[in-house]
Amino acid sequence: MSELKGIYALWYREFKVFLRERSRIVSSIVNPILWLLIIGGGLGSAVSFGDVSYQTFIYPGILIQTALFSSIFFGVYIVWDKKIDFLKEVLVAPMRRTSIFVGKIIGGSTDTLLQIIILLVIGFAFMVSGIMPDLHLNIISVLVSLAFLFVTTVGLVSIGLILGSQMESPEGFQLISSFLIFPMFFLSGALFPLDKLPQYLAPFVFVNPVTYAVDGIRGALLGISNSHFNLAFDFAIVSLFAIVMILIGTYAFKKMKI
Amino acid sequence: MNIIEIKNLTKKYNDLNAVDNLNLQIEEGEIFGLLGPNGAGKTTTLLMLTTLKQPTSGTATINNFDIIKQPDKVRKSIGIVFQDPSSDEILTGYENLKLHGWLYDMPDDLREQRIKEVLELVDLTDRKDDRVKKYSGGMRRRLELARGLMHHPKVLFLDEPTLGLDPQSRDVIWKYIEKLAKEKNMTIIITTHYMDEADKLCNRLAIIDHGKIVVLGTPKELKKAIGGDIIRLKAENLDSEVFKNLKYVKKVSKCDSEVCLTVEDGNKHLQEILKVAGKVDSVEIRSPTLDDVFLHYTGRGIREGSPEGSWADKAMNVRSGK
Repeated sequence: MSELKGIYALWYREFKVFLRERSRIVSSIVNPILWLLIIGGGLGSAVSFGDVSYQTFIYPGILIQTALFSSIFFGVYIVWDKKIDFLKEVLVAPMRRTSIFVGKIIGGSTDTLLQIIILLVIGFAFMVSGIMPDLHLNIISVLVSLAFLFVTTVGLVSIGLILGSQMESPEGFQLISSFLIFPMFFLSGALFPLDKLPQYLAPFVFVNPVTYAVDGIRGALLGISNSHFNLAFDFAIVSLFAIVMILIGTYAFKKMKI
Repeated sequence: MNIIEIKNLTKKYNDLNAVDNLNLQIEEGEIFGLLGPNGAGKTTTLLMLTTLKQPTSGTATINNFDIIKQPDKVRKSIGIVFQDPSSDEILTGYENLKLHGWLYDMPDDLREQRIKEVLELVDLTDRKDDRVKKYSGGMRRRLELARGLMHHPKVLFLDEPTLGLDPQSRDVIWKYIEKLAKEKNMTIIITTHYMDEADKLCNRLAIIDHGKIVVLGTPKELKKAIGGDIIRLKAENLDSEVFKNLKYVKKVSKCDSEVCLTVEDGNKHLQEILKVAGKVDSVEIRSPTLDDVFLHYTGRGIREGSPEGSWADKAMNVRSGK
């Protein structure tokens, strides 16, 4: 009981802070729209993959991009908490470090998923208005996508928290996290199909867990013919990724120095 | 009953002994002061006692729980007000307190009642729904103090609790702390560099330097140990050597352009000292304060430099691996 209340307390804090920092929400929505309209529209005038427009093709990738940036970047708040003594206030409370980690994951995932839901609504508007008519947004495809996004987000938030628990300065965090975020995004197949990758590129793409999340969501939202792997396989890989990250994160939190 | 027993507590950072074989017993209901110059090991001791840092060797018990073997139970028994701000400034004062109540698993009605109680105490009831960002430094400190008290811990640790507060708020807070110690039999451990405060409030205090206890006792005992009154003389070309032959002069030191003497029965011997000194510009005689005790044992004034934990000190501490 006491642990649950503590977890709730941490979630409550993250959620309140998220709602009050409007600039964060605005930028997290504006960026993806620009990607869709400019990269999607611009490249899309010359390129298309499979049976959908390029804009539609990258939409799942853009959802994942938002998850990547927002989730991993969430770890920076741990560094800030360290800078002020708020982290000590939490660590000195009678609750287990594992619970603190869980509370943070739930808090970070909530932030990210709320942004994703807004993007899904925008996607729906684009679909209805004819900008991306090939999108298949219905209850089932949205639920499947959300399942993928949720599990991926949990894994990514864990990465952010692991990084945050080890770093001393926000600047350092930013530097290291961009070394992670950009390769993970560009090597995920968010912007290109997985079918005919050059040999030097393929291994990097296929060890990237984010690839499987993009592939799964693409299968759900654009029709099954657009996914490279079986959706169950995709989901298994993504789940494995999340579990491993949670385990590492729990360990990192136990060892975290203040 | 000893609520805190510290046994050979040691913390090493590479070659440096930040806390060196510390032994100390603190009784229930005491207000105990830890004084010491910057980097003396006060905060490290506090962090070990509150289970946030692992000792290199030795241990301590708080409320009969071992800080190494039973950290969870120790944490339930203690409250702490940190030196640096530790409230979330995007949340309101009330929300920060509510969060604390949840973290300490307080029942809802008790939590709300205590929040009301502590808010009134620190005079923040009117501002409880403002974000902490809009608070002044003093208000923020008061809020954090309220938070540390909220769950009525057996032992309350206060790391420089009144730093940055105006004299009025300091008085109010100390009155309440005294009351808590008395009524709830709460034990309070404070680090402070306000010597007048330590003098007025602490039942006992320890002066720590280089991770060791230099001297321990009641403020009265410590001041008595100095062995006399303090006489300050200001004069041009005054030779401090001339006082060394007088047997009632215990100590001679030079402070800036002045000469400071520790004199047994200062009032009685003032006349003779002035005769020896010759022409002086000014003379001051007073009873010893804790400042003098501090200077006597550590060779440094406590107000030299900023209090431990300012950002500059921290930067230095990080570099030296402390």
